[in-house]
Amino acid sequence: MKTLVWVEHEGGALKDATLSAVTAAAKLGEVHLLVAGANISGVAAEAAQVAGVGKVHVADDAAYEHALPENIAPLIVGLMGHHDAFLAPATSNGKNIAPRVAALLDVVQISDILSVESADTFTRPTYAGNAIATVKTSDPKLVITVRGTAFEKAAKEGGAGTVEAVSSTGDKALSSFIGAEIAKLERPELTSAKVIVSGGRALKDGPTFESTIFPLADKLGAAVGASRAAVDAGYVPNDYQVGQTGKIVAPEVYVAVGISGAIQHLAGMKDSKTIIAINKDEDAPIFQVADIGLVGDLFKVVPEFTEKL
Amino acid sequence: MKLLVPVKRVIDYNVKPRVKADGTGVDLANVKMSMNPFDEIAVEEAIRLKEKGVASEIIAVSVGPAKAQETLRTALAMGADRAILIETDTEVEPLAVAKLLAKIAEEEMPGIVILGKQAIDDDSNQTGQMLAALLDWAQGTFASKVEVSGNMIAVTREVDGGLETVSLKLPAIVTTDLRLNEPRYASLPNIMKAKSKPLAQKKPEDYGVDITPRLTTLKVEEPPKRVAGIKVADVDELITKLKALGVAA
Ligand SMILES: Cc1cc2nc3c(=O)[nH]c(=O)nc-3n(C[C@H](O)[C@H](O)[C@H](O)COP(=O)(O)OP(=O)(O)OC[C@H]3O[C@@H](n4cnc5c(N)ncnc54)[C@H](O)[C@@H]3O)c2cc1C
Repeated sequence: MKTLVWVEHEGGALKDATLSAVTAAAKLGEVHLLVAGANISGVAAEAAQVAGVGKVHVADDAAYEHALPENIAPLIVGLMGHHDAFLAPATSNGKNIAPRVAALLDVVQISDILSVESADTFTRPTYAGNAIATVKTSDPKLVITVRGTAFEKAAKEGGAGTVEAVSSTGDKALSSFIGAEIAKLERPELTSAKVIVSGGRALKDGPTFESTIFPLADKLGAAVGASRAAVDAGYVPNDYQVGQTGKIVAPEVYVAVGISGAIQHLAGMKDSKTIIAINKDEDAPIFQVADIGLVGDLFKVVPEFTEKL
Repeated sequence: MKLLVPVKRVIDYNVKPRVKADGTGVDLANVKMSMNPFDEIAVEEAIRLKEKGVASEIIAVSVGPAKAQETLRTALAMGADRAILIETDTEVEPLAVAKLLAKIAEEEMPGIVILGKQAIDDDSNQTGQMLAALLDWAQGTFASKVEVSGNMIAVTREVDGGLETVSLKLPAIVTTDLRLNEPRYASLPNIMKAKSKPLAQKKPEDYGVDITPRLTTLKVEEPPKRVAGIKVADVDELITKLKALGVAA
C-alpha cells in the first residue's frame, strides 16, 4: 500500500505530530509525504530525512501558506490518484483538512486512530475515550487522522527521501487568512512535555493561576495545562485546555491541581504514566485515577511543594 | 438569510458511558439523552445572528431515530423557526449525514450552516468539513467568534497554538467550539410555543442518499482501567515519592 502523510510545519520546521503519523503510515505500507506551503524548501529537506520516508511531494504556493483546507484538500485529492491511504496528525489543522479530503474522495474518515490492526482495521476512541471501538472499513481508500500519543515518533534522521515538486492546484478564493494570536511559549509544549502541571477552576483567577501554578511548573521543568473551567473563566488561553475537546496528553507525570476529574478532562490525560492529584475534596473523581493523591488546600500545599522542591 | 443548524441526539454529557458486556457498543437503554452540547452552542449562535438582524429564519435539522424529535423541539424552544427530522434507526456515519445535509442545503439555500465541531458520542469531528467539501463552500471550524459583514464571514478559530482568524466567502460552514457562546435555557412559554412550530418528517430515501455504513464495528471495549493509587499525608511524603520516580531532584 502507498500512503501519503500530510506534513504539519510551522516557522519553517516540521512539527512533531507529523512523526507519529509517519509511524502509523509505515504500518500500512510505503510512506510518502506531502509538504505544502510557501517557501518550504527547508521543511521539504527536513521531511526527506525522516526515517523510512520514500517520496516527498512538495507543493510550494502562497495558496497553501496557512493550511487553508479549501485550497489544500484539492491538492491532496489530486495526489490520491496514486496513493491508497491519506494520513494526517489529529491536530487542529489535521482535523480541519482530512474530512474535507475524505468527502471529496467519497470515503469515510477514521478519526484519531490508536492502533493499526491490519490494512483495513483500526482502533479508535469514542465517548470521551470510555469506549474503544475496533472498526473495519470497506472503502477503497483510507483517510485517517492519527492520535499523537498512541504512536512512537519516527526518527527525524536516517531517511533518504526523494523530493519531487507537484504543481499547484491554486487558490480557490473561498477563504483567506486574516491573522493569528499564537501564544509565545515560555515553557515546553503540552503535547510533547514530559511533565505537565494543570490547574482547574479552584485557581480563582488569572493572576492567582499564574502565581500558584507557574512557579511549580518551572521547578519541575513542566508544561502548563488547564481544565475547561479554568479556560472558560479566562485564567489562561484556550490552547492550555486538556481533555476530550482540548489537547490529548500522555506525559511521564501529570499533576492535576484543583481539578475535579470530569470524564471530559480525564479523556485528555488518563494515559499519563503517573498522575498526581492535589484536591481538597477527598471524594473528587480525580483520585480514582491518581497514582499519588494529596488531600489538602492547594493554596497551602502548592506553595510549600514549590518551595521544598 | 436562512441559517441551517443540524443537531444530534446523544448521551447526556453528565452520564458516564458504559460498554455493553457483549462488546457490541455502549449501553444506551434507560440512559439520559440530550442535544449534543456543541449543537446547543450552534443553535444559540444562530439565534444571536437572527437577533442581530443578520439572519431571517433558522431551520433545525436532525438525522436519527423518531426520538430525535425531542432534540428538535428543544432547538425550536430555544428559538429555531422550523425543523426537519430525517428519520432512520440505523447508525448514520458522518459522510452520510453530510450528504443528507447537502441535499437540504441545496433545497433551502442557507447563507450559513452552523454545526457542532464534534458529537460527544462518536467524537468524529468530520460532518461540517465534509459538508463544506460536498457543497464546495468555505469552512470555519472550531469557531470561538463569528462576525458577518456583507457577503463575508470572519471566523476566529481555536487552534493548537491559540487563535486564528479567517475570512470566508458566504455561503459557508461554521463549526462551533466551546467558547463561542453560552447557550440559553428555553423558557416555559417558549417550550409550549415550540410544540406548534412546524416539524417536517422525512426519510433518507426522500433525498436519494444511500446511507449504508462503510465501517463495520467489530467490537467495543473499555479502555484499560487505571486503579486508584495511594494517598500521601503531606508535601514531604509527596516529594519523597516524586524523587523515587526520578521527577524531583
Ligand atoms: C462538550 C463538553 C466538552 C468538554 N470538554 C472538556 C475538556 O476538553 N477538558 C476539560 O477539562 N473539561 C471539559 N469539559 C468540562 C467538564 O465537564 C468539567 O466541567 C470541567 O473539566 C471542570 O473543570 P474543573 O475540574 O477545573 O472544575 P470543578 O469541577 O469545579 O472542580 C474544581 C475542583 O477544585 C477543588 N478545589 C476547590 N478549591 C480548592 C482548594 N482550595 N484546594 C484544593 N482543591 C480545591 C474542588 O474540590 C473541585 O474538585 C467539557 C464539557 C462539555 C459539556
